Amino acid sequence: MAEKTLMKGNEALAEGAVRAGCRFFAGYPITPQNEVPEYMSWRLPQEGGFFIQAESEVAAINMLFGAASTGIRVMTSSSSPGISLKQEGISYCAGADLPIFYANVVRGGPGLGNIAPAQSDYFQATRGGGHGDYRVFVMAPNSVSEMANFPKRCYDVAFKYRVPSMILADGILGQMMEPVEFDFEPVDPSSFPEPDWAIGGDASGRERRVVKSYDLRPGRLEEWNKERAKRFERIEAEEVDWDGEGLDDCELLITSYGSCSRISKSAVKMAREDGLPVGLLRPITLYPFPKKAYQDLAKRVKNILVVEMSLGQFIEDVQLSVLGKVPIHFHGRPAGGIPTAEEIYDIVRKIMGK
Amino acid sequence: MKIVFEKTNGLTEVPMRYCPGCGHGVAHRLVAEVMEELGVTKRTVAVVPVGCSVFMDEYVNCDGIQGAHGRGPAIATGIKRSKPETVVISYQGDGDLASIGMAETIHSASRSENITIIFINNAIYGMTGGQMAPTTILGMRTTTSPAGRRAEINGFPIPMCELLSSLEGASYLARAALDKPAHIIRAKKYIKKAFETQIKGKGFSMVELLSPCPTDWGMTPKDAVERIRQEMIPRYPLGVFRDWEAEEKAKKEEKAAV
Ligand SMILES: Cc1ncc(C[n+]2csc(CCOP(=O)(O)OP(=O)(O)O)c2C)c(N)n1
Ligand code: SF4
Repeated sequence: MAEKTLMKGNEALAEGAVRAGCRFFAGYPITPQNEVPEYMSWRLPQEGGFFIQAESEVAAINMLFGAASTGIRVMTSSSSPGISLKQEGISYCAGADLPIFYANVVRGGPGLGNIAPAQSDYFQATRGGGHGDYRVFVMAPNSVSEMANFPKRCYDVAFKYRVPSMILADGILGQMMEPVEFDFEPVDPSSFPEPDWAIGGDASGRERRVVKSYDLRPGRLEEWNKERAKRFERIEAEEVDWDGEGLDDCELLITSYGSCSRISKSAVKMAREDGLPVGLLRPITLYPFPKKAYQDLAKRVKNILVVEMSLGQFIEDVQLSVLGKVPIHFHGRPAGGIPTAEEIYDIVRKIMGK
Repeated sequence: MKIVFEKTNGLTEVPMRYCPGCGHGVAHRLVAEVMEELGVTKRTVAVVPVGCSVFMDEYVNCDGIQGAHGRGPAIATGIKRSKPETVVISYQGDGDLASIGMAETIHSASRSENITIIFINNAIYGMTGGQMAPTTILGMRTTTSPAGRRAEINGFPIPMCELLSSLEGASYLARAALDKPAHIIRAKKYIKKAFETQIKGKGFSMVELLSPCPTDWGMTPKDAVERIRQEMIPRYPLGVFRDWEAEEKAKKEEKAAV
C-alpha cells in the first residue's frame, strides 16, 4: 500500500481511525475539526459502523462510554472547548478501564478563544484532564501521514492497557493537505475476539458483567487505582516514542512537538547551513513523555530551547526531565500565534552568542 | 407442594440497602420480573444512574453499566447502536433525568432511540440528602427550599411524560405510582409494554413511577404513600401518554374509514 493520496489532516485522521477498526463515532460540530464528523458520517456506514451527531459533547462522550463498553473500537473528536466538556466522561472511561480514542484539534483559548491553531491544551491532555488519578496515552502527530497512522497505535495501546488514548493535534494539522501513506493494512474488527469485559449482546454463555468506575468498599478503590497505576508504569516503560535530528553533535537542543516541531526543524536547518551545532528532539508520545531521551542529552548539550504554541506548558515536562542540569530557554506564542523559523533562529543565535 | 410466590431470577441474592418504604426496591423488582417473564435477562444491560439507585447493578441479574450523572440515555444509545440485539434500559431518578440530564432525555426521545427508560420520580434528590428536584411539587419542603417550593423563586415542577409526549419519537410514555398494589400491578404492565416496545424495535419508551422517599421527605412510609395520593398524583396524573400501538391502530382505522 505504498500508494500516496492527497488528504486533508482531519480526513486522514478519520480515515486512519476507520482503517484501524473504528466502528462507532459520536461528535458535535466545532471548528477546526468539522471534517472529522463529516467524513465519519458517510464513511462509517460503508464499513457497517455507526455515526451519530450528538446533542452536545457531553452526550457524545457518554455515547462513547456506552459503545466502548460493548468492546468495539470507538472514536470522538473535538476542539478545545468541546474537549473540556468531555472531561467528565473521559474520566469515567478511565475509571471503568474502557479503551477509547479521541482527538483534540486544538484551537486558541481560554474560553471561546479563536479558531487559530494552538498548543495550549497540553496540560489538559497530558495530566489526565478530568478528575481523579489517571493518564491518557497521548500522541502528537506533525504531518498528515501521521494523522492517518497514529489512530492505529492509539487503539493498540488503549486496548492493550485498557486506558483512554488521544491525538493532540492543532488547526494547522487538521486543515493542511499532504500526501498520505498508510503504514498498515486495514484492520477487520470482526476478527478480534470479544474482550472478556464487554457487556451487552447474548450473555447466555457467561456470567453477567458490570462496567463501572465506583467502589465504595473501604480500600478497594485505592487498590484498583494502584493496579491501574501499574499499567501506566508499563506504558511509560514500553510505549515512549520520539524522533530527533542532529542529536549526535548538537550543543543547543531545540525541542518542540506537533506542527511546531516542523517549524523548529526549519530553524535547525538554517543553523546547520551556517555551521551551528543545533539539534531537534521531538516527542511523538506526550504521555508517556520521553524523559530518558532528554536526560541523556542533558549530559551533553549546553542549552535547551523549548518552542511551543502556548505560554509554557510542554516546557514543564522538559524541566521535569532535565531537573536543572542544563539551562532551558523558552519561546512560546499563545492563542494562534505561530512562531517562524527566522524568529526561532534569531533566539538560537542569541543563546549561542553568534 | 405448589409454589405460590418465588423471588424472580431477574434479581440477584444481594440484599437491597434502600430505606424502609423506599420505592426503588419495588421498581427494581418490577423490572426484574418483566425481564424474566419476557426471557431477556441474559440480553439486557441496565444503565445505572448516579443517585440512590447507584447500586442497582448489584441487584439486577443482567449486565450493568454505571455512568455519569444524567447521561444514562446517551450511554444507552451507545450500547444499543453498537449491539442492537441488546435490550437496554436506563434507570434514572428525577434529578438525573429531568435536571442535569434533560438534554439527553429529550434528544434520545426525539431520535426515538430504541431504549427503555425507567424514571423514578420521587420529587427529591435522595442520595445527596433531600434537595429540591425539578419535579418537587409546589409547597413541598426540601433542604434547599426550606419554606416550601415557590414558583416565583424556584419555578414550576416539570411533568416529563407531558413534556415528551409532543415529540414524534416518543413511542411509549406512561406514568404509574408505587403507592398501592393496584397501581403497582399497573406499573408492571406499563414496564412490560415499554420492554416490548423496544423488543419490537418501535423506538423510545419511558415509564415514570411516582415513588416514595420517606427518608428525605421526613415522613413515615405510610405518610409518604399518602403524599403520593394527596399531592403527587393530582400534579402528575397517571396513565398512558403515548402508545405507538394505539396510534398505529387509530391510523389504520382512519385510513379504512376514508
Ligand atoms: C456531575 C455530578 N453532579 C452532582 C453529583 C451529586 N449527586 C449525586 S446523586 C444526585 C441527585 C440524585 O437525585 P435523583 O436523580 O433524583 O435520584 P435519587 O437519589 O432521588 O434516587 C446528585 C446531585 C454527581 N454525582 N455528579
Ligand atoms: S433516601 Fe429516599 S430514595 Fe434514597 S434510599 Fe432512602 S428512601 Fe429511597
